[in-house]
Amino acid sequence: MANRRIRILLAKPGLDGHDRGARVLARSFRDAGFEVIYTGCHQTPEQIAATALQEDVDMVGLSCLSGAHNYLYPQVAKLLQEAGAGDIVVVGGGIIPEKDMPGLYASGLTALFTPGATLDSINEWISTNVTPKE
Amino acid sequence: MKELGKRVLAGDVRAASRLIRNLEDQIADTYIAIQEIFKETGKSHVIGITGAPGAGKSTLTDELICAYRSQEKSVGVLAVDPTSPFTGGALLGDRIRMLRHAEDKGVFVRSLATRGAMGGISKAVGEGIHVMDVLGKDKIIVETVGVGQQEVEIINHAHTVIVVLVPGMGDEIQALKAGLMEIADIFVINKADRDGAGKLYKETMNMVQMSRDKYGIAKGWTTPVLLVESVLEPHKFAESVTKLRDKIDEHYQFLVDHDLISERMRRKTAAEISEALWGAILAPILEEVESSGEMQRMIDKSLLKEVDPYTLADEVAKRYLKERPTSSEA
Repeated sequence: MANRRIRILLAKPGLDGHDRGARVLARSFRDAGFEVIYTGCHQTPEQIAATALQEDVDMVGLSCLSGAHNYLYPQVAKLLQEAGAGDIVVVGGGIIPEKDMPGLYASGLTALFTPGATLDSINEWISTNVTPKE
Repeated sequence: MKELGKRVLAGDVRAASRLIRNLEDQIADTYIAIQEIFKETGKSHVIGITGAPGAGKSTLTDELICAYRSQEKSVGVLAVDPTSPFTGGALLGDRIRMLRHAEDKGVFVRSLATRGAMGGISKAVGEGIHVMDVLGKDKIIVETVGVGQQEVEIINHAHTVIVVLVPGMGDEIQALKAGLMEIADIFVINKADRDGAGKLYKETMNMVQMSRDKYGIAKGWTTPVLLVESVLEPHKFAESVTKLRDKIDEHYQFLVDHDLISERMRRKTAAEISEALWGAILAPILEEVESSGEMQRMIDKSLLKEVDPYTLADEVAKRYLKERPTSSEA
């Protein structure tokens, strides 16, 4: 009877209007059978965290191409943890230098997808690592 | 599940969203949480916004939230978008228009996918309204999927139905057709700065005047037709939407004054009970027929023209009806 569906919030934090990548992902998630809520551009971490709670998502995917990922991504993870929603998986994408990765993982990001990551590999990662909440 | 109901009653937003989700996912014992909250429901004014894709429903909803927030009324929004019939996935994008309210504690926006429901909303909307209701929202706005002519299920759930029209969608015969054009308590002609808005206004007014007092629910209420102009001129837009807000509240007052709320509540309750019956009776049978492979065998037979679908359905029905428990067991 139960028909659990993975719910994903796809968000673009910060001052970055380049959302082609996020839109392609939104479409790809839809085609993979996920329910994806897309916020559009220019979100604050506070808005993203509040939206994640209201929508009861299993995963937040962050896309930022402005170079501010070192501040914005951990901030979202921190706000979710503070709200008692540390169980929501936070992943990030974009042009993320390798030297930034350890810090991002330490701050609560679970995965990072950089240029070259295929849509299939991202969908597969989600299917394997994100479980709909009970 | 009982715990979840208690958390919703305590105002926990994520728990509320989870409860709606359990309903969407058809988790078996969700009704226990509903039992917990059910008695507290029935206080909010439910507003339905429906219309074609791209008519401006989300943008109107966004501005309507502002108009109600300026009166310090709390607002819940259930925004419905379609589920893919092929993959089961969905892109829920109504929220993009409502982001400025993300951090406002007086506003709770929840996106829902239709999950195959055909009436323009999702099956979880009825209960979603209850959930928003017990959170104490003064106004609950239900935004349907972009609809065509006959997705009118919103009338089972909303006190006030707004049908959003835009110029350029067809000739006046469209305005005479049954279905969507009949259900409006208020018409909004959106994007009224565009060509054809005057003509659409005239046609809609004609239609409204012909249908006055015809639907029983109308008794003295002549459906107003409001023009809303471009969102690109924020002040003008906000002004139009403030007028819309006042009209919506006027309609609710009208329902209260003429004791029509109870009639609408009865309709909503009837819809909910048939929904629940469907879930309790038909859904398990369908599931069994699917999982046992009987569905595939029936399809094969029907394709070979051995047996028609009605006879097949009758056979299944007879089998299950025979196993029906006596009324004392039920």
